[in-house]
Amino acid sequence: MNAEFDPSVGTAVGRSTPKLENREKVTGRAEYIDDLYRPNMLHAAILGSPFAHARILSYDVSEALAAPGVVGVITGDDVPAGRMGAFIKDEHALAKGKVLYLGEPVAAVAAETLEQARAAVNLIRVEYQELPAVLSPEAGLAPDAPILHEALADYIKVFDAGSTGNLCSRTELTEGDVDAAWARCAVIVEGEFTTQAQAHVAMEPCGALAEMDAQGRVTLWSANQSVFRVQANVCESLQLPMSRLRSLTPRVGGGFGNKMEAHIQPLTVALAMKTGRPVKCVLTREEDFEIVRARHPFRIRMKTGADAEGRLIARECEVLLDCGAFADDSPGVMGYALLMSGGPYRIPNQRATGKLVYTNKLRFGAYRGFGNPQVSFASEQQIDEIAHKLSLDPVEMRRRNLLQAGDGWFVGPKVASNGLSACLDAVEKASAWGRGHEGKPGTRRAKGIALSAHISGLLGTGAIVRMLEDGTISLNTGATDIGQGSDTALAQICAETLKVPVEMVSVASPDTDGSPYNWGTTASRVTYTTGRAVAGAAGEVLRQAMGHAAEMLDVPIEDLELREGGRIAIRGSNTDLPFAAISGRAHWAKGGPIVGSHTLVFDEPTHDPKRAIALGLPFPRIGVFSFAATVVDVEIDEVTGQARVTEAWSAVDVGRAINPRLVDVQIEGGFIQGMGFALYEEMVWDGPKLANPSLLDYKVPTSADSPHVHSIIVEDPEPSGPFGAKGAGEIGLNPVPAAIANAVGAALGGVSHDLPLTAERLLSRIIEAEHAA
Amino acid sequence: MPGKQVFTLDLNGRETEVFAPADATLLDVLRDNCALRAAKRGCNQGVCGACTVMIDDVPVRACLTMAGACGGRAIRTLEGYGDDPVMGRLQEAMNASGGVQCGFCTSGLLITARNLLAETPRPAQAEIRSALSGNLCRCTGYVRIVEAIASAAEEVAR
Repeated sequence: MNAEFDPSVGTAVGRSTPKLENREKVTGRAEYIDDLYRPNMLHAAILGSPFAHARILSYDVSEALAAPGVVGVITGDDVPAGRMGAFIKDEHALAKGKVLYLGEPVAAVAAETLEQARAAVNLIRVEYQELPAVLSPEAGLAPDAPILHEALADYIKVFDAGSTGNLCSRTELTEGDVDAAWARCAVIVEGEFTTQAQAHVAMEPCGALAEMDAQGRVTLWSANQSVFRVQANVCESLQLPMSRLRSLTPRVGGGFGNKMEAHIQPLTVALAMKTGRPVKCVLTREEDFEIVRARHPFRIRMKTGADAEGRLIARECEVLLDCGAFADDSPGVMGYALLMSGGPYRIPNQRATGKLVYTNKLRFGAYRGFGNPQVSFASEQQIDEIAHKLSLDPVEMRRRNLLQAGDGWFVGPKVASNGLSACLDAVEKASAWGRGHEGKPGTRRAKGIALSAHISGLLGTGAIVRMLEDGTISLNTGATDIGQGSDTALAQICAETLKVPVEMVSVASPDTDGSPYNWGTTASRVTYTTGRAVAGAAGEVLRQAMGHAAEMLDVPIEDLELREGGRIAIRGSNTDLPFAAISGRAHWAKGGPIVGSHTLVFDEPTHDPKRAIALGLPFPRIGVFSFAATVVDVEIDEVTGQARVTEAWSAVDVGRAINPRLVDVQIEGGFIQGMGFALYEEMVWDGPKLANPSLLDYKVPTSADSPHVHSIIVEDPEPSGPFGAKGAGEIGLNPVPAAIANAVGAALGGVSHDLPLTAERLLSRIIEAEHAA
Repeated sequence: MPGKQVFTLDLNGRETEVFAPADATLLDVLRDNCALRAAKRGCNQGVCGACTVMIDDVPVRACLTMAGACGGRAIRTLEGYGDDPVMGRLQEAMNASGGVQCGFCTSGLLITARNLLAETPRPAQAEIRSALSGNLCRCTGYVRIVEAIASAAEEVAR
């Protein structure tokens, strides 16, 4: 849908303004981390651990230090004992004392050239004592399991994690009386589901460039989703005061969660401090697979019951998550997955419990959807199963159970705007649901549907808006635009508030020295939370400008109005003042330069103790809800078992689309990333070793594999959102594996228990069904 | 470690001398020696297509091409298309359509698209999708990229 001709659009909001930085991207002039160079800069290479679990007994770096071009080497002995982590502070800048996964950085070299650094890194000798490894969460919970983090009890934790042994955290949520409710159900379905590890594969691998000045202060550029989380992680792990580190960002080549928490920024800073020279470290694609983070594999047991009319009565969900070697964002992912495990339905009795277990594998962490696609895969298939048992159409089954505006979400948060019903109607109509098309001979073809909700919100954010001397506007938020277009959307919100063209607003690049705090580009939050801060800060600029105008025109403020083009006028009169005149007065004559700032932290509680019991909830204040409905048309080759999505329709309620085209692309891009997850993307471990850390062996969807996705924007304004907006970044991905699994179920019969839905798996289902017949 | 040598390259229409390791790839030389950084290193394995450049009117992966094998051949990177009206249309269409997100794949993709329009001035959607299948994009889901190339092709043909 295109709102360009919608008469309701304003000066800026609701317009599909091309992204502000597009010119530099289409001419190849945009600079990403690997495009940055500093005078006298060194290049870094990393030595990875050859063991999944081992004690480090000693280092010998003498040969490496003597190698041509080498300027400095760091090992665990060179980094302080500080530990970083979003929820549980369990990770050093570089392995120290122990290694916990194969490939974990144990040392790094800075040399005059990258080739020299790579050659020297292999000359570092490390003596290890190998320990038995934990390679699955089940093994990690075994009574005699080797323990990864012996000092776990002493680590700083930001919530009641319940950590013990290899159990990183546990969460338990209960509402209603689930055990008693089963007796009232006419239909009960139950099943086990597993999902695989997915790699982010942002097209740009992670990298960092650090430089220390003569005073010992460090400037750090890096590929990131939050300059502030970079600053916090580096300073926690290297035990530096935060004021000693300035964190900046060049253009970022995609994130999807991969660049939210630390990657190699701490070790790059340690190398720069050790050598006294600028150091750049950019990961190879293989390293980006092996040492950053990935989507959690889930094991899910789910049980759902409904009455004879298909109204949902009870849902129980139990998850077991592979945490990998470090907690990272994992406790948040599990807690959030459990919160979302009921889906966007009215279910009066729900219980969701989870265990997160350390293993000797790469850390798992934030990935677009944040645990929601995994639980939706189970949940939405069970909705279809119940519909099937009751001979109800899947759309009708869902319609009977939709969460309504004003309802409380599982454990308590109130749902304000809710365009879910409109999303369902939209995809039902657009996809001609119910009218099947014959598949080509030799294929099975069917449609599948799934719904989803997702939050946007979380934590602190701020904005500073300044009116420059000539009346143009400078906006500074500290939010990293990772390509999705938040700079543009935030400029639109600013421009709309001040009724100026977007071209009059410049957007500052995030800089911890000059930008207000922003937790990060994550949790579908920038448009919603930072947008609120921008609207507030621009409103403050307007308030000050109005005060000046009232004095300049000698009228009460109430008699003034803001007009298009950035002019303040006397109501019902032609007398007005441009921002330039007002700002000139403020700068040179009276009052001082006009600066507006606004900060906020999302503070609506997640948990209502009168309604539910919650133990170990990592996010006590979560966000507002967006909604989505997705229909896919899937064709399965009977000979090969290969499933192909031939067409897709995805409707998302974003409250208000600040920039409709950018919302479309979130929906479409999220769909294709979800389709890859559903059909073939899978990180495979051979024992402790990741077997496919390359784009040759890890397939992501190409243009030829991808269907046309029809994006549909639904707008049910969120009262607390800027101009009614809420988030769009993740929700488009969430329902996709479930919708595809439901189409596969409709085509082949049965439930898909395991992702991905590979040709091999589907072919065996076809063959088994034929044998059974 | 191999020694360095001088390479003479025909780069964006200009004879350019670079002094680089004997085993340097074209991508190394473009980025490290020539400050031509439109071509990106996404995988260094010839899969992602972010480093696509033209050599003698054929799109190639700069990361898989040895600099030493490029002597006497005309190399054109995105920076060398400033005066090409068809590339200009493609760039404008990508800007307007939403086909540019993080931008990391954009340079390589534009080279591939420009080559497609040279070979097939009015490509069908399926032909566009097929031609782009060696240029990975993780952000857009390809819908708006395909749309941009189709609309640029129409503009050019008009």
